[in-house]
Amino acid sequence: MTNEKKMVWTKKDIIGLEYLSKEEIEHILYTASSFKEVTTRQIKKVPALRGKTVVNLFYEPSTRTRISFELAAKRLSADVINVAVEASSVRKGETLIDTGKNIEALKIDIIVVRHDCSGAPNILARSVKASVVNAGDGWHEHPTQALLDIFTLKSKLGRIQGLNVSIIGDIAHSRVARSNMWGLTKLGANVTVCAPKILIPEGIEKMGVKVTNDIDEAIRGADAINVLRMQLERDAAGVFPSKVDFFKQYGISEERLKKCKKDIVVMHPGPINRGVEMSSGVADGQNSVILEQVTNGIAVRMAVLYLAAHAKRQ
Amino acid sequence: MTLKEKAKILDKDSIEKALKRMAHEIIENVKTMDDTALIGIKNRGSHIAEKLADKIKDIVGKRPPVGALDITLYRDDLTQVSEQPIVHSTEIAFDIEGKRIILVDDVLFTGRTIRCALDALIDFGRPKQIQLAVLVDRGHRELPIKADYVGKNVPTAIKELVEVRLKESDGKDEVVILEKAD
Amino acid sequence: MGSLSGWQYYIWQLTQRGSKKESMKYLIKNGRVIDPANKIDDILDMLISEGKVQRIEKGLPEGGCEIIDAKNLIISPGLVDMHAHLREPGREDEETVLTGTRAAIKGGFTSVACMPNTEPPLDNPAIVRSLNEIIEKNALANVFVVGAITEGRAGKRPTDFHKLKREHIVAVSDDGSSVEDDLVILEALRQAKEEGLLVIEHCEDTKISANGVMNQGFVATKLGLRGIPAGSEYERVKRNIELAKKESSAIHIAHVSAKESVELIRKAKKSGIKVTAETAPHYFSLTEECCASYDTNTKMNPPLRTKEDIEAIKMGLKDGTINCIATDHAPHTDNEKDVEFDFAPFGIIGLETCLSLSAMELVEKKIMSWSDLIIKMSVNPSKILGIKRGTLKKGAVADIAIIDPNKEYTYTKDSIESKSKNSPFINWVLKGKAVSVFVGGRLVMKDQELCS
Repeated sequence: MTNEKKMVWTKKDIIGLEYLSKEEIEHILYTASSFKEVTTRQIKKVPALRGKTVVNLFYEPSTRTRISFELAAKRLSADVINVAVEASSVRKGETLIDTGKNIEALKIDIIVVRHDCSGAPNILARSVKASVVNAGDGWHEHPTQALLDIFTLKSKLGRIQGLNVSIIGDIAHSRVARSNMWGLTKLGANVTVCAPKILIPEGIEKMGVKVTNDIDEAIRGADAINVLRMQLERDAAGVFPSKVDFFKQYGISEERLKKCKKDIVVMHPGPINRGVEMSSGVADGQNSVILEQVTNGIAVRMAVLYLAAHAKRQ
Repeated sequence: MTLKEKAKILDKDSIEKALKRMAHEIIENVKTMDDTALIGIKNRGSHIAEKLADKIKDIVGKRPPVGALDITLYRDDLTQVSEQPIVHSTEIAFDIEGKRIILVDDVLFTGRTIRCALDALIDFGRPKQIQLAVLVDRGHRELPIKADYVGKNVPTAIKELVEVRLKESDGKDEVVILEKAD
Repeated sequence: MGSLSGWQYYIWQLTQRGSKKESMKYLIKNGRVIDPANKIDDILDMLISEGKVQRIEKGLPEGGCEIIDAKNLIISPGLVDMHAHLREPGREDEETVLTGTRAAIKGGFTSVACMPNTEPPLDNPAIVRSLNEIIEKNALANVFVVGAITEGRAGKRPTDFHKLKREHIVAVSDDGSSVEDDLVILEALRQAKEEGLLVIEHCEDTKISANGVMNQGFVATKLGLRGIPAGSEYERVKRNIELAKKESSAIHIAHVSAKESVELIRKAKKSGIKVTAETAPHYFSLTEECCASYDTNTKMNPPLRTKEDIEAIKMGLKDGTINCIATDHAPHTDNEKDVEFDFAPFGIIGLETCLSLSAMELVEKKIMSWSDLIIKMSVNPSKILGIKRGTLKKGAVADIAIIDPNKEYTYTKDSIESKSKNSPFINWVLKGKAVSVFVGGRLVMKDQELCS
């Protein structure tokens, strides 16, 4: 990752990869590679955000994303506050905008927001002067997850342009899938999405991706697969296939992996349902980069926080 | 703002000579190169560190280890600079613990860059000694910092600019003084 | 009256009540009178007195009258909105009869039909009577009440249409909800026919729309928002047409948004079924793309749809499949709308923008003439509701809108008369505007200033 580009970062908010250009995505990846080196030092801390304050405003429970953002902010020497708001569609009291303005009145520089409603970060970003970083909203976007997926992929295979990447699983309800589609297609990858029909949302092909219901077609010739978590807890209507059926039809097993390219990269945003999306053998196998993704997440989030905090505002 | 070139202080030959002299001074001063490493400050400082290491090798037959340090994240003016500095990687492939580190930069001016570099370096470990080598010292210090090895002292006016151009980054080796054209 | 505060205005209104019978004489000169009901489109003078249109001729004498110069202006029968939510009683924080009719006048509407989804709903004679008292006291325009089809708008037991009719309701609707049960709507159609009432149906199959918040399709997919398929509308349109056919009764389809609905209504009309339909300006001015910024003022039910739907709606208006343009004026406060897209209520205000948007999208773009537009916005809704409006013939009630078809203006938040400001059109430059309005022979707006 040596494609240094002169770029003045102007985006105070990082809401989604839909809203970033190819160059901006590449700039984040380049900056992340510099931060990755910081995370390998004995003293894993630099003073780039000294005196700045980051609030993790989470309307939806999340441990790993929040820890990753918290660690990223702390390694940049920022002060971090965690606010967990009860997750419910009938929240009483303060509105999102009021909460945002109150947080801002505390002289906070960056709000990292996770919300169960799509678009909540867009609305928040319009209402506050502080930077807003999206840590996942509804089914909409999860930009830092996609950035770390792409960063990991690029570290492994040296490029994104021209790669065949298949995203497998619950596409309909996945913000990770949407962010990955935006990012990968902008960087020139050939993206295929694969799921049972009921989990393919209408019009998804207009995002420039190939759609298939056939797992063998999706993995054949793929340079990488990104296997999504089956959000079984969200299946209120009971329309998803059962765990066993899903694994039989779409799960990544060792046998299935044998049909793939030998050095295929296997990714998963976590947490894994072992035996549902993939077998333990695959999750822990030599093609899996799942733990590297977790490590890279910190560097990517450091880059995102650093750029948002220092954005040149117009 | 346009800049016009006022004078050339060093050409290719004189840069070579200055570096060679600095290499000799370093060797004489440190006695043994075994526990000594060079770390250049990105970007031009690291090119000069590489050149200096070559000169040292010419004299003692062994090239000291060379690292490159990016100090962007340690700058005390991060929020003031108009153009956002790009974060580059630091590349130090050796342990600096207990070593004598010679920090290398192109121009010594206010001393603030060196302060950042010292902060950054200490985050990598505890060297037994840190020394400073610069190709040009142009004065106007704002911090109590002094170079141990200087290629050339150049008295300048505060509004002038000293630009070190190197083959690696600029296509040719020379040092010039620029001043604002009104 | 812009300078009077609410209560001052209210007191002032009370003092005016006694003098309701209009004694002023007005002569509107040199305007282009467009009166499609009487096939008039000509430069004529119009004399108004005693609340009625007295004479329409060329070169009427000027003596003893207040003269209104209408050169380059259109003189139209007052516009009639057959679908608005005035929120009284219960949600006076959003809108009242007073503020809603001020907004109506501003938009050239002299008559408004108000929907019964108030709190409590207009499902019994007492509540309708008390609303009519409020209307009598506060309304600047004519307000016609629409009663609920079912008790509590719950879709179970039909209300007493006969008693409601005695309180002067003009139609029944459970608007905001559709009547799920086929048997209930059949019974409503039968009773309405007996009482000479119109049934207006909000067409939505909630089993299909589920908990959707915008049109289903690529944009919803991209935004990660739950979609409302067009089928939730047209499947219900289809059912309603079938039941109207079965009962040989009339039915009116509210706010048509989907191309499939237009086609179903077109076919039904051809086969002689007594179905009428309305659409609203946002369904031919905006597409689902507008939701991309998660602006909650683009959230409405039915949702904004696609370019093809817009084209179908326009064609439906042009060929007469869609009879009327209504506003579906649905006021919501900033507090209610400044929330996550999922949590915001559906609906936008429309009384003050309806005429401009229709003129821009339909007349300016040569889909129809001014005369056709006046048919859609005054003649047809009057006919469908069975109210004696939409005409300028001699002796008719002098409900008149004087329209400047070339007036360009920026629709600002500050200019909004409605109590709520939930409009996606704020800061749009609009063209075509009512400048003066008469209600029952009283000049209630003059040169864009409301004067009661």
